[in-house]
Amino acid sequence: MMGGSVSSTGHDVKPANAAARLLHGVERALDGVFGVPGNPLRQLGALGFHLFWIATVSGVYIYALFDTSITGAYASVETMTTAQPWSAGLMRSVHRYASDAFAVVMLLHLLRELVYARFSGFRWYAWVSGVPLLWLGLAAGIGGYWLVWDGLAQFIATAVTEWFAVLPGFGVTMIRNFLVTDTLTDRLFSLLAFLHIGIPLLLLLGMWVHIQRITDPVTAPHRVLAVTTVVITVLLSLAQPALSQAPADLSRVPEWLGLDWFYLFALPLVNRGMPGTLWLLTVAATLLLVALPWLVPSSRAPAAVVDLANCNGCGRCFTDCPYGAVIMLPRSDGRRHAREAVVETDLCASCGICAGACPSSTPFRSVTLFRTGIEMPQRPMGALREELELAIKGFDDADLSRKTAATVAVFACEHGECPAPRDGVAVLRLPCVGMLPPSFVEYALRAGVDGVFVAACSDGDCEFKSGDTLLRQRLAGEREPSLRASVALERVCMAQCADVAATEWALAEFRAGLPAALDQQPAGAVLAAKAFARSRHHV
Amino acid sequence: MSEQKPAAQVGAHAAAIFRWAGQVVLYALFAIFIGYFATQPRYRQLGSDEALLRLSFTHPGQIIANCRERGAEELAKMPANMREAQDCPRERSPVHVRVELDGAPLYDEVFSPAGLRRDGAAAGYRRLAISAGEHRLKVEFNDDARVNGFNYEHSQTVNPVPGQVVLIDFSAERGGIQIK
Ligand code: HEM
Ligand code: SF4
Ligand code: SF4
Repeated sequence: MMGGSVSSTGHDVKPANAAARLLHGVERALDGVFGVPGNPLRQLGALGFHLFWIATVSGVYIYALFDTSITGAYASVETMTTAQPWSAGLMRSVHRYASDAFAVVMLLHLLRELVYARFSGFRWYAWVSGVPLLWLGLAAGIGGYWLVWDGLAQFIATAVTEWFAVLPGFGVTMIRNFLVTDTLTDRLFSLLAFLHIGIPLLLLLGMWVHIQRITDPVTAPHRVLAVTTVVITVLLSLAQPALSQAPADLSRVPEWLGLDWFYLFALPLVNRGMPGTLWLLTVAATLLLVALPWLVPSSRAPAAVVDLANCNGCGRCFTDCPYGAVIMLPRSDGRRHAREAVVETDLCASCGICAGACPSSTPFRSVTLFRTGIEMPQRPMGALREELELAIKGFDDADLSRKTAATVAVFACEHGECPAPRDGVAVLRLPCVGMLPPSFVEYALRAGVDGVFVAACSDGDCEFKSGDTLLRQRLAGEREPSLRASVALERVCMAQCADVAATEWALAEFRAGLPAALDQQPAGAVLAAKAFARSRHHV
Repeated sequence: MSEQKPAAQVGAHAAAIFRWAGQVVLYALFAIFIGYFATQPRYRQLGSDEALLRLSFTHPGQIIANCRERGAEELAKMPANMREAQDCPRERSPVHVRVELDGAPLYDEVFSPAGLRRDGAAAGYRRLAISAGEHRLKVEFNDDARVNGFNYEHSQTVNPVPGQVVLIDFSAERGGIQIK
């Protein structure tokens, strides 16, 4: 066996648990229906932003018509629905359903990150900063229903004040505010209306904080999905307009309530006399969520390391790093370049994309100790070149003249499916295909390999957001460092390797279609390639 | 560079219809899911033949013990601006509330005064479902630790319909226990 499969991080990186496999299966199935760019499951965070904006626009509209006095509130909301069903009434329903969808999308987004174990290591920041968004989102929704001042709002007022009353410092006074009509003041009610603006603003601030450490965060869904979301929200609003329940009457309690379970699911616990239990659950859930990155730490690979001797300060690693982990600082080693790359190790995902971007990562360099400007300690470029050369030598030793099929060097992502190495097929694994410098492709071909096969993840599945896209752009010559134009593109294949069958099929097709080097190339070229390969052995 | 994607070679037309229909179905399911749980299933917060008894008060109890008269000698030793004839404790009495419904004890609880020095008001709140219809409600209230038993008492017949709230409050200015 030649060029065995090497995991550069030393641990199993395929979806580790059954839940992750299942979710991935569902996502792939939905890809088939929505297409990868339109698949809602792949852009839940962006959908959250989108729904937030829909709720904001519709909310501003109905707020302008809302009467913040205790006597006028209910009537003003009723007027929207009955007197202006096509404008304010519709906006009211859109506001409700966009908010409901927001809650669902937020929860799905959390579950997806949870199932894919994307919460520890460098992701702790996004995870932990997501937790307050849950509570702010819920508070915003509960506050919204409170403003309608109908039977449901009365239920909410009772439950929320009873819930807070068990805390020291709040007490019974809060409940008494909503006990009889004469203690209920317009001032208090205006405060509620004010909170319903303040809390969503805080939520927006929190959302902004949440994505701070992500380079180019996707905060707007694909256009088709964005439009469809608006359309179905409007259709739902028309099919089932949002209605109020009977007006609040503090001397009566309605037997039945239509609850919005997306926001009010916890309040029945207080209604059943268990406010303490709800506090316990709330605090426990918060602590558990916040502590999760440290309770279940990732077996994390080391961060990228800059080697100043090989860094010219070009800034490509800074541009391409998906997590903003590289910053450019003034030169510290006295060389004449203006800047140097510095890695913020806390943010580094160990994806190697920076190493793939660095101009020093070319294996054609004749230095004895091949090191690049920004190196992955677990997968140094020098070792990658050595591994490739060993594989090529293996092809050589197997005697190229007797081979029946073309030889292929496979560069495979550790996170996707990887073809098995076999005669004539060497497999080199990378933390992400984004780590592959295009010059390695040219190097392998020049050294006599018939084809280079890149086993990438499917569209949208990249563990590090953009690794496959970056490599595709580099191979297509659209991004530096690019594959030299002189390289025969029919000898290079980048395939999406979602499952074993697809991977093996793609590799077999590619291999079968490859012109075997010996038949195609003039004898001189073959000899030169062999000599080149040999001169590279045992550097 | 060649891109290869193994996809079932279904006719492009049929595939487009499948995708389009699939999207419609999935979006519709999502909309139905949202639309349903936005109000359903309904929640029953009270039984159909029940009324609600809500007890709530905030009331500073009486001082916990009698004031002590200061003797002339003691007064003379004090700074002139602090010579009060009586020495009164700051701590207030806890408030004891007992409710009887149709002669049977429904509820009996003691509420402590607020504050580290226990010199604040005691506050109590309870929400209890009772059956609708006529009841004899007897409320007893003690806000003075120096008095044994209860220093306020009030009995009243109430006849709430289902869903009606019966409120028990206490206001010293308005003569003590209020049932509304
Ligand atoms: C208001 C609700 C939320 C919104 C609008 C939101 C939005 C986003 C967005 C836009 C991204 C970037 C996606 C990308 O470009 O790849 C993101 C990432 C992330 N979110 Fe949220 N989020 C919300 C709530 C949460 C919650 C509650 C959690 C978990 C507690 C969470 C955990 C994460 C994590 C771990 C990532 C990082 C994913 C990665 O680096 O691969 N988010 N979020
Ligand atoms: S390894 Fe990835 S995350 Fe770390 S610095 Fe390089 S590109 Fe950024
Ligand atoms: S890409 Fe390489 S040379 Fe350019 S700044 Fe980064 S480490 Fe330095």
